[in-house]
Amino acid sequence: MTAPSPGREVGPAATAVQDWWGTEEACVRYGDKLALDHVTFRAAPGQVSAVVGGDGAGRTTLLRCLAGAIAVDSGQLRLPPPPRIGYQSAGSGTYPDLSVDENLAFRASAYQMPAALARERSGELVERAGLAGARDRLAGQLSGGMRQKLGVIAAMLHQPDLLVLDEPTTGVDPVSRADLWWLIARAAADGAAVVLATSYLDEAERAVGVLALDNGRVLGSGTPEEIIAAMPGTLRVSDTRPEGEARRRAWRRGGRWRIWDPPGQPSPLITDLRHQNPDETDVIMTKTREEMDGPPGQLGQPPQATPAVAPDLQDAVTVAILARELAAGQPEGGGSR
Amino acid sequence: MTALAQCVGVSRRFGDFTAVDGVDLQLGPGEVVGLLGANGAGKTTLIRMLLGLLATSGGQVLLFGEPPSRRTRQRIGYVPQTLGLYDDLTPAENLAFSEAVFGAAPGEGGRQVIASALPESLRPYRRTVVGSLPLGVQRSAAFAQALAHQPDLLILDEPTSGVDPLARARLWETVAIAATAGTGVLVTTHYMDEAGECDRLMVMADGRVVAEGTAGQIIGDARVSVVETGSWAAAFAALEAAGLPATLVGRTLRVPGAGPADVRRALGPVEASVTVAPATLEERFFELTLTSERARESA
Repeated sequence: MTAPSPGREVGPAATAVQDWWGTEEACVRYGDKLALDHVTFRAAPGQVSAVVGGDGAGRTTLLRCLAGAIAVDSGQLRLPPPPRIGYQSAGSGTYPDLSVDENLAFRASAYQMPAALARERSGELVERAGLAGARDRLAGQLSGGMRQKLGVIAAMLHQPDLLVLDEPTTGVDPVSRADLWWLIARAAADGAAVVLATSYLDEAERAVGVLALDNGRVLGSGTPEEIIAAMPGTLRVSDTRPEGEARRRAWRRGGRWRIWDPPGQPSPLITDLRHQNPDETDVIMTKTREEMDGPPGQLGQPPQATPAVAPDLQDAVTVAILARELAAGQPEGGGSR
Repeated sequence: MTALAQCVGVSRRFGDFTAVDGVDLQLGPGEVVGLLGANGAGKTTLIRMLLGLLATSGGQVLLFGEPPSRRTRQRIGYVPQTLGLYDDLTPAENLAFSEAVFGAAPGEGGRQVIASALPESLRPYRRTVVGSLPLGVQRSAAFAQALAHQPDLLILDEPTSGVDPLARARLWETVAIAATAGTGVLVTTHYMDEAGECDRLMVMADGRVVAEGTAGQIIGDARVSVVETGSWAAAFAALEAAGLPATLVGRTLRVPGAGPADVRRALGPVEASVTVAPATLEERFFELTLTSERARESA
């Protein structure tokens, strides 16, 4: 089969070892709504990539494309042949009326795995993920964390080249999450390109590549460091919620307020950090600002002791969502659809 | 001052299984206490006892200085994991229904139930049924409903699961505003980043409180070994074979519960630099849970 355009590239080129799987300028439309708007995403073999964004951001649509379950309206998909893809849909992707063992046996036969290999591999993964005592239990009767672990094992059982996991860790307790991350790391160590959707930014920070989506559009993509570096403007922290216009640019984190100053915003400059017990990154931030903006006070504002904060991935993604909301003049919604 | 919620040596058994085992808890006005624990640690059972839905097997639960009752229940706002909203009603209709229930008999001290005013953030969605709203908005609606009768005590069970970081920050704003007004808040979360929003944390494992304090106090001087290597997959396999499970962060491996010398030995011929770093709250939590599990197994 040759690759039509728009479409899916499957053929001799796609079955050879690839340096990435993913999408190129992919658009997917549901009626009037553009669920994916020119999304380019690349997942490399042997590493974990994370897709982040809130409810309605387009994560699930992108993952369905990567799983080969839906076609793109325009743009390209570059995917391994279907038998070389592993997919866990949102909500665990297991059969509630089958036991743990039956779920895995069913998956193994669907992928035409040799019986001995299937037994050995499911035995090993089930044991390591702490499911050995639950092999005869129906998937529908497992706890949320156990069911997610079963779903990930089922998706990676046949050692796919591309493993696509839709929110395997949402609502899962930290102990099960550690098991899930072990499975994810194991799949990557075995050579799979692992794509994981998550709403936890600390989790995304553990990935090598991150794609942040909002409303079907790419908010940022690259390594966590690249996304952080690309954040426009600067960030301050304050113990109190700011008044006036800045209120709309502030949000709560860690019991304090983060305030985003967009580029060109005449913002209170960051001054005397010696009293703030700064860490190294704070000092570097301040230095960088002074180099860019000149010495404190030059913008005609009285210097204030507002410590700058070096953003992390969560801050950078929050700023991206906030900037879009402010630009669209949307009310505070608490959602992202 | 009377604690809003107080547990003294509270236990709950189900047959041979002890779900909650001698828990002490004290929650004062304006305090935000985070309850962390793996599934099965006893968090939900404890909350059910505080809500008065479940009797204790031992010890004492006091709410506002008295045993849980219908009357104490009226002074509590509760947001369950499943949100407790009617999917086919709008947020305003949900709120009106809830107010009719709570407002039928005003609670202690002549407290008045506020008129059914939707928070500003929910107004754009007032004509949409809850089932069609984005998850972040659904969660805001559940918060509004739990706060509508101005409860003295707010109990939140994993309130921010699945929403984007800005929506999460706004939910925490709502919690902070309630706490500033004097409401005591007990919140469970699986998301360690949210620990920073709490004045105090309680870590539960196997029904008991195994650590308490701020995140910094709970982490203490716990350390992990950090492995940097050009071939993380080989290092991952070598550590696994030596019984030292590692977690993957980018291309770096973190190994809790093992010193650098042990890790170096386990790596064998794999070229790597091994250093030591402070543990994260999640890593410390994991260690506490594992220690408790091992103690139970050896008992």
